[in-house]
Amino acid sequence: MIEFIKKFFAPQPSSQTAKERLRLVLMTDHLSLAPEMIEQMKRDFIDVISKYVEVDREKIEVSFEQQDKALVMLSNVPILAVNRTKPEEPPKSDSTPSLPRRKRRKKAAASTGAPSNASPAPAV
Amino acid sequence: MHDLQPEPAAVPAKRGRAIVVTSGKGGVGKTTTTANLGHALAARGATVALVDADVGLRNLDIVLGLESRVKHHVLDVLEELVDLDDALVRDKNNENLVLLAAAQTREKDEVDTEKMKALIERLREKFDYVLIDCPAGIEMGFKNAVAGADEAIVVCTPEVSAVRDVDRVVGLLGNKFRPQLIVNRLRPALVKKGKMLSVEDVNAILRLPLLGVIADEPEIIVTTNRGEPIALRRDGATASAYHAIAAKVAGEDVAAPTVEVKDETFFSKLGAFFGGSK
Repeated sequence: MIEFIKKFFAPQPSSQTAKERLRLVLMTDHLSLAPEMIEQMKRDFIDVISKYVEVDREKIEVSFEQQDKALVMLSNVPILAVNRTKPEEPPKSDSTPSLPRRKRRKKAAASTGAPSNASPAPAV
Repeated sequence: MHDLQPEPAAVPAKRGRAIVVTSGKGGVGKTTTTANLGHALAARGATVALVDADVGLRNLDIVLGLESRVKHHVLDVLEELVDLDDALVRDKNNENLVLLAAAQTREKDEVDTEKMKALIERLREKFDYVLIDCPAGIEMGFKNAVAGADEAIVVCTPEVSAVRDVDRVVGLLGNKFRPQLIVNRLRPALVKKGKMLSVEDVNAILRLPLLGVIADEPEIIVTTNRGEPIALRRDGATASAYHAIAAKVAGEDVAAPTVEVKDETFFSKLGAFFGGSK
């Protein structure tokens, strides 16, 4: 019983902490080592948003930061106008915002699984 | 085959395998791994040349116990001051094994990458295996060590910093070197208690073919003190682990490495006190 209580209150094993720190640091490393990939992703990201709203491409900001135990992507997308017509291919899930705001702060938590690093970084 | 003299011209030149042993981070056991893998391969009857590419910080000669026999070094050969054959130090325990020592009083950027590449190529014509002990870091020394190799073994300890550095090195190497992993200094008892990353944790991140696992054993320190690599032995868990790695490198089908958990009990400590080597 005492063992059980001890276990219940015990802090997380340090190997678990090491695993989480490693996962986060490697995601950050891989992002910083692949600037072309990030640029490409930004372009694709803007293209997708542009299907729905007119955005100010020059003023879009995309950044990554660590928040608690997750790596998050933060983007600031100034919206210039909202398209009245529906996009040609409607999205499968109805996630179109009903009330578009002038500025949206989009937060997307990175995947919780192990980082995909089969080919981690381009050879320098 | 055991002769270092150049073979007659009529015999087609052999082309041994050139494998760089690297890690990014220092102090994870690259040199110890190179020495032991070299001995384990030589024990199988292969001819092996070990090249210390850590110019300025020569160490492989010490681990092999050959420091008193080194007369010339890799830069002497690159600068054509001595013949390659004269610079090779034959091991005192196994005549299949030779060492080409690093220069101790020179610097890493004095090495000409193209000449280094050509040197490794020459060694490949004479030996079945050329193992290159890479310096820590990812600068010029790393680039020179890697230049002549076409395979890589990465050594990683179960620590966040070491895994991060291996991840970086593997990224730099790219797929061409088909890097394989040795997890070094594993302490199974700590893993069991949740105090150390496990081999699975490390390789969930790195996702490399696992060559082997070496436990953190005091015996390795003892053998390094003596300059007699543990792979010279035929038995014992650590020596067997190195021999299994050598077999795997040679292309044999080897069972997945296991490292047994030795609980430190009063009696095991007592046994170590009386029976263990010091």
